[in-house]
Parts: sequence; structure tokens; C-alpha cells
Amino acid sequence: MSGAPLLEVSGLCMRFGGLLAVNEVALRVEEGQIVSLIGPNGAGKTTVFNCLTGFYKPSAGSIRFRGEEVSGLPGFKLARKGMVRTFQHVRLFKQMSVVENLLVAQHQHLNTNMLAGLFKTLSYRRAEREAMDRAAWWLERLGLTDVANRTAGTLAYGQQRRLEIARCMVTRPTLLMLDEPAAGLNPKETADLQELIAELRDEQGLSILLIEHDMKLVMGISDHVVVINQGCPLADGTPEEVRRHPDVIKAYLGET
Amino acid sequence: MMLRNLKPALISAVVVVILSGLLMGIRLQQQGTGLVLIGGGMDVAVKIGAAALFIFLFNLFRDHLTALWNRVPALPRTPAAISILAARPAAHRLMWCFIIAAAVIWPFLTNRSNIDLATLVLIYVMLGLGLNIVVGLAGLLDLGYVGFYAVGAYTYALLSMYFGIGFWTGLVAAGAMAALFGFLLGFPVLRLRGDYLAIVTLGFGEIIRILLNNFTSLTNGPNGIGNIPKPDLFGLEFSRRASEGAQTFHEFFGIDFNSVHRVMFLYFLALVLVLFTLFVINRLLRMPVGRAWEALREDEVACRSLGINPTAVKLNAFTIGATFAGFAGCFFAARQGFISPESFTFIESAIILAIVVLGGMGSQLGVILAAIIMTLLPEIARQFDEYRMLLFGLLMVLMMIWRPQGLLPMKRPHLELKS
Repeated sequence: MSGAPLLEVSGLCMRFGGLLAVNEVALRVEEGQIVSLIGPNGAGKTTVFNCLTGFYKPSAGSIRFRGEEVSGLPGFKLARKGMVRTFQHVRLFKQMSVVENLLVAQHQHLNTNMLAGLFKTLSYRRAEREAMDRAAWWLERLGLTDVANRTAGTLAYGQQRRLEIARCMVTRPTLLMLDEPAAGLNPKETADLQELIAELRDEQGLSILLIEHDMKLVMGISDHVVVINQGCPLADGTPEEVRRHPDVIKAYLGET
Repeated sequence: MMLRNLKPALISAVVVVILSGLLMGIRLQQQGTGLVLIGGGMDVAVKIGAAALFIFLFNLFRDHLTALWNRVPALPRTPAAISILAARPAAHRLMWCFIIAAAVIWPFLTNRSNIDLATLVLIYVMLGLGLNIVVGLAGLLDLGYVGFYAVGAYTYALLSMYFGIGFWTGLVAAGAMAALFGFLLGFPVLRLRGDYLAIVTLGFGEIIRILLNNFTSLTNGPNGIGNIPKPDLFGLEFSRRASEGAQTFHEFFGIDFNSVHRVMFLYFLALVLVLFTLFVINRLLRMPVGRAWEALREDEVACRSLGINPTAVKLNAFTIGATFAGFAGCFFAARQGFISPESFTFIESAIILAIVVLGGMGSQLGVILAAIIMTLLPEIARQFDEYRMLLFGLLMVLMMIWRPQGLLPMKRPHLELKS
């Protein structure tokens, strides 16, 4: 499907009773692109995310993923198609160990046949071993191997953030959607995160859709930036264009 | 300090007088066509007064009592040495071997009624383990679990009555039927969460019982079904005389007939079923589905975002839990030889749930221990008669104070990354 964008959203509206939270938002993510969605607090960025990932059913508009209309599908189906998200507030399985978090995430790829598991068939064991290897690989990749057997809730905040990304990555996504991944991170951690996102794109051939308030991060890695304000699209373009856009300066960035 | 407590203490005492006065102090009696109120005697008034005084004093000296209470040593924590030992898989296995060995040897050393009681304990263990999947592992509060127990029991009873099916076929059929019911009932209700789910499952449990009670043409209604055949051992019967075309156990082995043999056989059969249940659940815990249950209990939203279908996973837990209830029901029917809807009232659901909570949600050893306590307690407290239920309540209250996490809180087998 070369030519068609990976994700194409047009005319997306989300209405909660009388409140129009998202109004005619459009965005597209090409394969291998990093696209950022920015805007003031309460602009509707997370609502857009929730519509894209099936947590809300959009009131109007179309969402096409790899050319296929996916709006209104339940969240788990979208995740299986390869659109996986993180959350603004970390949502790990806190009572489970770090490595188990990664195993749960691979549920869709595992042999979930009851009988196979009860009798521990060869194919079942192989699938389990592969899942474990994949988890180990990603823990190594994100520098979490030391804490692999710890309970996820006991990790430091920065580690929890990284674990959440690792948990998305083991599901083998094609589009990774990060909701404020740098929130609560210190400048050093933010810089590391920026590097990680760029590397994920280059190494894994991922496309990334990002909500972020850290302008340094956004301007540093985005190929494309979409600005929304009070639910409406405000501007759309390369980081340079957006930075100079008078409306964006007025509504969000402020004069510097 | 006492002054501060005076007002609440007075209020509580007045409430006690009003409530117990209305409940115990006055009675309605029929006189001719009308009803008249009759006051209780002097002794009732004295009792109410004493109760009110007790409550008054208790509330007045509440702070002193709490101070005293705090000086009472807490229930001993598991010693460190034992927890370290218990963490080792080898020690774990050894412990289970001992438990199983004890369970196998024990019936030879005791008398018939004790074996019978132990069989009842094992039925509750099986039910507790099954409900543990739904409540303890998947975190779905199911108050109608007894419905699936009833489905299992009635499946075997009806099949044997109408089609003359034997115990072993009946066991499979009962499990399958209960699973089917679990699946069908689970489908619509699993969209609900928490309290709502509890209420709806409660309703389903009652519907099944009432249906069995009123579907007289099929189930014989409140009269129940009798003469349910006892289980056999590979075609060997445990009776004095064999029915046609069959052979009895004592004839086959050339020993004298002894009615204890049948009781022992039932006990061992229950033991085998419990061990089977334990084995299956232990495997499930380590399988992807077990991990998914746990993850779902922790964060459903995160599960959905990772491509796990919450409804399917919950339905899975519900169905598997129901299957074990079906097995237990079939065994129960075969053991009793007679069942009626009365055996499957809500109180049974409550007792099974109490077993799970008392044992510690998700903990298997805890469930076994709790099943023993909950079954033996009414037997030991037989002389307390109708106040036995009060003992249950007392036990639960004490549990919540001392060990809110259950007798043996769950320690789930964590999968480890080996370097």
C-alpha cells in the first residue's frame, strides 16, 4: 500500500452532549513519520487519541488505517491491527513483575489454546519461550534488564515510563501513539526519550504519533506538527512553519 | 474524654432499646379475628435493659477498650524462615506431597462419619477453588455461583433418571452443561462491573433455583429427584448385591461386604476431583490466560490498549469457574442420591464466597484451609443450634480485623527472567 498514508484522519468530531470536544480535526501519518499533536491544555488532544484508539466512538469523521476504515472498532481490535498507545498517566500492571507485564502484552501472539497449555505441547512451549526472549530483548534494549523480576509498581517513574513503551513495543505495532511521554521526566530523561523515539522509528520502521507539551522534544524530532485549539484544527505543517505561525504563537506558544 | 463519649453512648443505648424493644419486646397475637399486641415478660425487659447498659458502657469506655485491644498481640505473621522455605519450589512440592499423602492415609485411621464429613469438605474445596478463579483471579464478584452447582447436579440427576446414564458420563455432561450455562449467562452480564455484576449474578443464581422449583414436569419441583445412582469404579458397584449385568466391589476382590468401602470410595473420588481441579488451575495460572485474568483485574483499560479482548477473557474465567461447579454438583448429586432445589439456595453461594474471602483471594491453600474451617465449624458448633450463623458472622468480623487479606494471602507464581 505505498502511496496511501499509514493513518489518515479526516473530519473527526467528538461530541459529549452539548459539548463539541473535537471539531473537524484532520491529520495524516505517513509510514516512518513522527507526527506531533500539540495544543493548550483542554484542547482535545487526548480526546482525539481516545477516538483513534477506540476508547471513544467518534461522532463523525473517518479514520483510515492502511487504507482501511477503522473508526468505531473496539479498542482491542485496533490494537491488534497495530495501533498501540500509551497513556498520559502510566497504566502498568503494578502487582505483576516487569517481565510479566511484557508477557501479558504479547497475549494476542501467544498460543492461548487451553488444551495446548494444559498438556504443555511443543508449540505452546516454543511460543512461551519466544515471548520470553522477545521480552528479554526489549528489556535489554530499554535498559530495564536489572529490574526484570521486580514488581512493576516499585520501579522509579522514569523506568515505569520506559516499561510502558517496552510493553507497547512487544505487541509489534506499526503505529505507536504516545500520550505525553515526557510528562514528569527530568531534562536528561527527556533527552534520552527523544533519542529513543528517533531510534525506534529508524530501527523498527515505526510511525509515531505524539502528544507532547515539551516543545524542545516536539520541534526536535517531529516531521510534521498538527496544532489544535479548543477542539478545532489551528495549524498544520513542519515544525518550522508551525513555530512561525501567528495563530499558534498567539494561542499556545506565546511570544518569545 | 468520657464526656465526649457520653452522647454517642446514650444514643446507641436508646437505639438498642428501641430496636430490641420492637423486635423482642412486643409480639402480635391472634385473638378471634383481630390481632392484639402483647408485651414481653419481665425477663425480656431485663435482658433488653442489660443489653442497653452493655452497649452504653462499651461506648463510654470505648477509648480504654481500644487501648487494651491494641495491647493484644496480633496474629503471628508467618515466620521468615518458613516464607523463605515456602518460596522454594522444591519445598513447595514436598509440602503438597505431604498434604496429599496425609489425605490418602487419613480415611483408614478414622471412622465412617468423619470420612463422610471430609468428603463434604472436599466438595466445598472444589467449589471454593472454582469460584476462586472467578472472584480471586479474574476479580469478578459472582454471587450466583451456586446456580452452576445446581446445573451440574441436575444435569446428572435428570440424565440418569431419563436416560439411565452412569456417573462418569454424567460427570462430563454436568461439566459441559455448567460450562454452557456459564458461557450463556456470562455473555450478557460481563459488560457490567463490580456491584452491578454482583447483583445480576445473584439474580441468575436465584432464577436457576426458582426454575428448578417450578419446572415440575421436568425436575419434579420441590419434591426433588431421588434414587440417583452412586458412582462405580470401572463398572464395579459398591452395594451389597449387584444390579443386573454388573459386579460388586467386594465380590470382585473376594472380600467381605463393608458399607465403609463406599464411603471411602466417595472420599477418594472427591480427592481425585480436587487434585484434578488443583492441577488444572495451577496450569491455567501459568498460562497466558491466567496472566490475562490477573492483568484484567488490575487495569482493564490498559488491557484493551494491548489487544486483549476483555469480554473474551472474562467469559473464559466465568466458563471455567462454572465447569468446576458443574463437576462438584454432579458429585454432590451422586453422593447424596437425592437432590432438591433446596440444596442450592443463596446461602450456599454466600458460604462458598466466604470460603474464598476467608482463605485469601486467589490463594489455593487458603481456600482449602477455609473450606475445612467453614464446613467443620457448623459441625463443631452443633449445640449452638440456630445461632450457628452468628458464629459465621463473628468469624468474618474477626477476620476483617486481624487478617483482612485472608488466612493465607495469595502468592502468585511470578515468572522470572533467567539471566
